Amino acid sequence: MTPVTEFTPLASFVGGLLIGLAAVALMALRGRVLGATGILAGLIAPASSSDWAWRAAIVAGMISGPIAVMIVTGAMPEIIVPVGLPALVAGGLLVGLGVTFGSGCTSGHGVCGLARLSPRSIVATLTFMASTGLTVYVIRHVLGG
Amino acid sequence: MRLLATYLIGLVFGIGIAISGMMNPAKVLNFFDVAGMWDPSLAFVMGGALIVTFIGYRIALSRPRPVFEPAFSLPTSRTIDARLVGGSAVFGIGWGIAGFCPGGALPAIGTGRGEVLVFVAAMIGGMFAARGLQGWLARRARQSAGAETA
Repeated sequence: MTPVTEFTPLASFVGGLLIGLAAVALMALRGRVLGATGILAGLIAPASSSDWAWRAAIVAGMISGPIAVMIVTGAMPEIIVPVGLPALVAGGLLVGLGVTFGSGCTSGHGVCGLARLSPRSIVATLTFMASTGLTVYVIRHVLGG
Repeated sequence: MRLLATYLIGLVFGIGIAISGMMNPAKVLNFFDVAGMWDPSLAFVMGGALIVTFIGYRIALSRPRPVFEPAFSLPTSRTIDARLVGGSAVFGIGWGIAGFCPGGALPAIGTGRGEVLVFVAAMIGGMFAARGLQGWLARRARQSAGAETA
């Protein structure tokens, strides 16, 4: 069943500020867009060893994020997965396919691209926000999952 | 030193994702469920991230070059095509089915949850499949171009 989640405007806003801070720092220091898709793509199929190291470092940092939160607050950030294994696999495959053809995801297009007012990113973000909303609507209210 | 700074950037991103709720599929899916269990929190994530990035990018990009690199490496493509729109639409379908996006799922690996690992493995599989498909499409386009000139 679909769980109700608590409205957390402050935590979400502060989290958003940190995401923005990381994006700005990567641009200021390394001159790169902080897109999870692009960083991961170059990590799993590296162009060169020098290009690989910074990607490994930033992903290691990302993975340390929830662990750091647990060390400070004493609790692992909440993850509730309201879908089954087949949905995780199918969703993962479609996300991997889609972000590769679409050249980006929520971080790359939705944050960095929108901040640069990139027309491609505006189109991509409007498209995936609409298709995600439509998919959730169909699954929850048409199919009744 | 450079790698440590890059690690710390990832850490700040991961902490941001963790406390914002972006790595919690229940919260993500409820954000999109306007007709049901709507939780508007994630609009605040996007808002906070965009305010900082919009202003910070203007300052960072006004400098002649980034601190650690000789030049900025910004995306240069301006083409809005079926690939961009179709890919983004398929990404959204997957996001709506599973509730994880790449930027949410990578930090979520740190929780050690099996569901995250399943999603990330499938996502990487999808990325490799897309590369294969792109290579095949490019070869087919070259072949048909060759056939036309022959």
